Amino acid sequence: MKPKVAFFDFTGCEGCQLDALNLDAGEVIDLLNAVDIVNFREVKTERTDDYDIAFIEGSISRESEIPRLKKIRDQAKIVVALGSCACIGGVNCLKNHLPMEEALQIVYGKDARYYDTIPARPVNAVVPVDYYVRGCPPVTAELVKVIKALLLGKKPDIPNYPVCVECKMAGNVCVFERGITCLGPVIRAGCDAICITSGRRCWGCRGLVDDPNLDSEKDILKKYGLTVEQVVEKFRIYNTYAEVTK
Amino acid sequence: MNQVNLNVHIDLTRVEGHGHIILHTSDGKIEKLLWEVVESPRFFEAMLRSRHYDDVHHIASRICGICSIAHTTCSIQATEAAFGIQPSEQTLLLRKLLYNAELLESHLLHALFLVAPDFLGADSVFPLVATHKDVVVMALRLKKLAYNLAEALAGRKTHPLSCAVGGFARLPDPGELKAFRKKLEDALVDLDTTVKLFKTLSIPDFTRETEYIALKDPKEYAFISGQIASTDAGTVPLDKYLEVTNEFCVPHSTAKFTKNKRDSYMVGALARFNNNYDQLLPRAKKAAKELGLSAPCHNPFMITVAQVVETIHALEDSINLIDKILARGLKEEKIVVKVRAGRGIGAVEAPRGILFHDYTYDANGILTRANCIIPTNQNHNNIQKDMEALVPRLLNQPEDKVRLTLEMLVRAYDPCISCSTH
Repeated sequence: MKPKVAFFDFTGCEGCQLDALNLDAGEVIDLLNAVDIVNFREVKTERTDDYDIAFIEGSISRESEIPRLKKIRDQAKIVVALGSCACIGGVNCLKNHLPMEEALQIVYGKDARYYDTIPARPVNAVVPVDYYVRGCPPVTAELVKVIKALLLGKKPDIPNYPVCVECKMAGNVCVFERGITCLGPVIRAGCDAICITSGRRCWGCRGLVDDPNLDSEKDILKKYGLTVEQVVEKFRIYNTYAEVTK
Repeated sequence: MNQVNLNVHIDLTRVEGHGHIILHTSDGKIEKLLWEVVESPRFFEAMLRSRHYDDVHHIASRICGICSIAHTTCSIQATEAAFGIQPSEQTLLLRKLLYNAELLESHLLHALFLVAPDFLGADSVFPLVATHKDVVVMALRLKKLAYNLAEALAGRKTHPLSCAVGGFARLPDPGELKAFRKKLEDALVDLDTTVKLFKTLSIPDFTRETEYIALKDPKEYAFISGQIASTDAGTVPLDKYLEVTNEFCVPHSTAKFTKNKRDSYMVGALARFNNNYDQLLPRAKKAAKELGLSAPCHNPFMITVAQVVETIHALEDSINLIDKILARGLKEEKIVVKVRAGRGIGAVEAPRGILFHDYTYDANGILTRANCIIPTNQNHNNIQKDMEALVPRLLNQPEDKVRLTLEMLVRAYDPCISCSTH
């Protein structure tokens, strides 16, 4: 009996689910041999409440999403948080710096009364999560790795060291040397430092490593001419939720 | 015999985001017919405030997981307009090529993965692996090619990386571009197969004329340049975009609706086709003829066919662009950005239609005000009006058929619902 897999989206851009389809034809066929995809609203019409593994995309940003998520947790044997919004709250939490009434007012003006919102939060702020597939968007190979691990009941081998390690292995010149600031020293690797290799810097989408040396990161950034406030602004893009709760 | 009492509530699938189709009839009369958008808003216009210009396009990209290249490009253009930056010719050529890659991927996903199952009697692409393996393998191959092209240009397709205000932070490898040229030529054969497949599908016969709005550029079939063209009202400059869009809220939708000269207007592949048909490249024109699509076309179900035609245009254009880029040679260009206080408007044709980003910055390059108007925002009202015209013609049919036809209508628009709510 193949395990039944369901995908659910909450508040987000749905890019994680779409990237999950970015497999080679052979990989898709292998995957369909290993599991039954029973719920995947974005590409599939039929659905069921009978599933074993639930992938959750997006953060939680409305009261009505909380009971929906709890129901999924009750049903699923395994819950996987897919992508930055689900794993760490992601960019959606940028609005948490404002009173919710003000966010509603900025976007909807005089019609704000029609709508509701709560501060955005990751999935594990509402229900326990068994596996995390990090990144905005996740690396497809890592998604495959996590699926294989959970089918075997094993813990996937995901780095808990900073992006700098992979960045050096990729042969990049440190962006600090080029006068650009980067969150790589405290952010969890696993992305092969793709943003830096592509000419940019680390924005922190995979979240902090378990024991980040935040003070030393702040010291480095300050050394290169950013104020603490500017540094905090950079952290906030993906890691507002961690910042608020720590 | 009309359906006397219908109580239809469709939680729409095979679209991006959450929307419901509600239809209640009583004694054969329509009591309620609504296109409801229930997606959770993310408040991007609020989140972009206080951000540094170099983070703005990175965040704005996250408005949409399918058309992140459109949002990134539009965002960068708005910032460049605010700062008075004119991107180099090389940057524009690379942006166009990258843009085509996203258009290809997005249109192919819609036509072959989301729409085709309706015509082939399946609930998704998954069972088609068994029944139509050749089509599925071809679709995955084409999608992957478009994805890899974007990857070569911008590091990855979903939330591209190398695009920056003022230029590209990393240039593609010319050898790799040359290899893509060959692969794109080979893919023309796959697109011929796609055209043949679409020729066999019977598209519902329904027309409702509306206003069609798209970017128009005298030089080419416009995607990242031009002014706002309407089939009703002629062409106006970008800074008049608020007078065209006229956004308004309705309680049953977290996404705003729009209207211009009529009750509603349409944007997207068919609106572009109706405004800019003459500028399509030869192979695309030939495909349009083969598929029975001619401008003006007022059948919304033909949007997907217009997408197939645009896919061929984008592929042909990409081959031409690679030739141009390789002929002039890629040169490292230093990105210089001088910030200044001011307002800038960016406009592009996202796969689903015209997209606007409007930013105001302070003298330190910190964003103080943002407004984003999304293609699907602009289509929601047109979807509603189409449903109102279509449903009375469906009521003599079985409920299953009513449901499927309504689903197919909304799906034809390829709505990007979470993007429209942003």
